[in-house]
Amino acid sequence: MNERNMLLTKIKKYSFALYELNLYLDTHPDCRRALALFDKYNSIKNAAENEYIQKYGPITAEQNIDSQHWSWVDNPWPWERS
Amino acid sequence: MWQYEKKLQYPVDIKTPNAKLAKIIISQLGGPDGELAASLRYLNQRYVMPYGEVKGLLTDIGTEELAHVEMISAILYQLTKNLTPEQIKASGFDTYFVDHTTGIYPIAASGAPFTATYFQSKGDVITDLTENMAAEQKARTTYDNILRLADDPDVRDPIRFLREREIVHFQRFGEALRITQDNLNSKNFYACNPAYDKNCGKRK
Repeated sequence: MNERNMLLTKIKKYSFALYELNLYLDTHPDCRRALALFDKYNSIKNAAENEYIQKYGPITAEQNIDSQHWSWVDNPWPWERS
Repeated sequence: MWQYEKKLQYPVDIKTPNAKLAKIIISQLGGPDGELAASLRYLNQRYVMPYGEVKGLLTDIGTEELAHVEMISAILYQLTKNLTPEQIKASGFDTYFVDHTTGIYPIAASGAPFTATYFQSKGDVITDLTENMAAEQKARTTYDNILRLADDPDVRDPIRFLREREIVHFQRFGEALRITQDNLNSKNFYACNPAYDKNCGKRK
């Protein structure tokens, strides 16, 4: 697996953990343990996502930082084999 | 509003095209217990819900189901890439190919096109949450059946992930139903509908 895919895999793992906590917190909104875990994974995920955006381009269109080129449209798209 | 994230929820990387398998798995896109029906069910039901927890859960699971629509579509796209006309004929995929080439279109495995009759939005909290729990189990059974028919590990891996999500959603909807009942009269949960009737709640 290349470096780009490794970084994206890391982001996906932390996004998934955050999303699982999100659903759990929807029905347990006062669970402090889940809130603390959400906070912890959120900072790890944000750091990984910032690194990815700098190196490989945006994950959401708003994250486009290139002033010469709209990298949002660059291949591959998620349904394509990398 | 929504914002697209340029990543799949779980990786899909299928090396060997298999149109026969695509013909079966397409039911989880546009079939009676598929991901599209799931997403529309929850996103439509959420508006009249009286409790924040239930509004949040329906919004979040309805959004996740859209990510599952994308995963199933990625599986179908990769399973039907680079097929020769001979392979298309031999696999029985020709009946789909004639109308859609290899474009992704929501139908059931039987060929019936997607329809909104696959889900309900009844405007009653207990009724809708009970439908949702059944819907998650029906989707889980469909994934079990796909796993009985598919032997490619590249296909089985993301299908197993999607199957597990049905179980987690069932659990969360069960908790939402418990939260709803906690807000109602324990002697008769059906005495009134908190999504419609004024002052419907626990007996003082």
